Amino acid sequence: MAQENLLYSKDHEWVRREGDEVVVGVTDYAQHELGDVVYVDLPAVGKELKKGDPAANIESVKAVSDVFAPVSGKITSANTKLGDTPELVNQAPFGEGWIFRMSLTQASELSELMDQKKYEEYLKGIAGE
Amino acid sequence: MKKTKINEAHYVLKGKMVEFCGWDLPVQYSGVNTEHMAVRTTGGIFDVSHMGEIWFHGRDALRAVQHLVSNDASKLQPGKIQYAGLLTESGCFVDDLLVYMMKENEYLLVVNAANIEKDFQWMKKHAAQFDVQIENRSEEYSQIAIQGPVAQKLVQEFTDIDLEPIGYYHFAPGRVHGMEAIISRTGYTGEDGFEIYFKADAAAASRLFLDLAEKGEKYDALPAGLGARDTLRLEAKMALYGNDIDDSHTVLEADLGWILKLKKEQPFVGQEALVRQKQEGIRRKLVGFELVDKGIARHGYPLFVQGKEFGAVTSGTFAPFLKKPIGLAYLPLENSAVGSEFQIGIREKMAVAKVVETPFYKRIK
Repeated sequence: MAQENLLYSKDHEWVRREGDEVVVGVTDYAQHELGDVVYVDLPAVGKELKKGDPAANIESVKAVSDVFAPVSGKITSANTKLGDTPELVNQAPFGEGWIFRMSLTQASELSELMDQKKYEEYLKGIAGE
Repeated sequence: MKKTKINEAHYVLKGKMVEFCGWDLPVQYSGVNTEHMAVRTTGGIFDVSHMGEIWFHGRDALRAVQHLVSNDASKLQPGKIQYAGLLTESGCFVDDLLVYMMKENEYLLVVNAANIEKDFQWMKKHAAQFDVQIENRSEEYSQIAIQGPVAQKLVQEFTDIDLEPIGYYHFAPGRVHGMEAIISRTGYTGEDGFEIYFKADAAAASRLFLDLAEKGEKYDALPAGLGARDTLRLEAKMALYGNDIDDSHTVLEADLGWILKLKKEQPFVGQEALVRQKQEGIRRKLVGFELVDKGIARHGYPLFVQGKEFGAVTSGTFAPFLKKPIGLAYLPLENSAVGSEFQIGIREKMAVAKVVETPFYKRIK
């Protein structure tokens, strides 16, 4: 399920603040929905994104899905390990399967994300649909 | 949404259900890759009850079938099966199907789920001049496919007939779980396997599926869904109606000349157009490709040949057994040789692809 000390978007990205940067990945729920991940199209370092812009693509056997920028900022690094081992997104979505880091330009945007409790409630809502 | 008689079993087995051609079917149970690999190495069990069963019987049954399909059904004997095209006047596909010769004057045609009503109407209309009764009995039949190296051992535990003598593209009547069935050595995966047709109520049909899944455990066989069915058939370069073959591409363009018997004794729908096309030559051809660049080229992504847009990918996926991105597409004949390169638009990028030998995967017998 979801982890503590992370923030969550409605598109199932998780966000961890580290000083002036955030680390972004997809949640366990998201990797489960995607199924076997076979390729991750990573964003170029230096790319400027607004909150909600598509930042990366995850290709699973079944489908392709966007990973959106959960805040506005510039890409500072991407998880190049996913090049050879995209399955890390499935195996360790909250850990080694992180996708990119970006600068945090407007810290207030973080308050628009959900905490663990809210995200778990949000997941329950989806399951009940 | 329509439910197959096996529907309840999918919920018991916690399948992830989706709508497919109006049917409530599992896209996967344990995962597409896992199920795909199981079929290649051990076995997989699929509910394919959504497929259609159309029966021909009467004095002119053979003549009607011969008039409708591209292959030569006069070569069939009872117990033998042929793959064939049901064609339009222009030699394109109304559908692709299997023709089973049950006995003299009786044939079973197995068609795609999405096309059952269309095919049935087409057959009645185009075979009206023959003394034949054509019946759509799709609702009565359930169908389970058991595919993979352990398929024979697993199915053998459920039937009283010896499966060993049944050759590829042959079938035999037998009892499965005490129910009358047609046991057919066919499939849509590129592996050895069986497709079992039977009539049962929901309880008995679900029971058989669950029992196959349970007995399958000792062979490491798994229930498998539509996701793996699609990746398996694509690795084996088996065409999917609606993607790779349709009513705007001919049998020759689809590179399925082997199911086309232009010289068979009886004329058939589409023959004239195909005789002409064979003389004049085709201008485009369905080929298999691999991506040279990273990514996955999926159905509908645009193709570019020497900078010019030329149609779209008809099927594409990441091949779980071969572990690379593969697909099918129609290319101009002059650019269709093995090794030819072209481009595919994957979102905002252009990815290089190259034509390769097919099938991508071939079972070692």
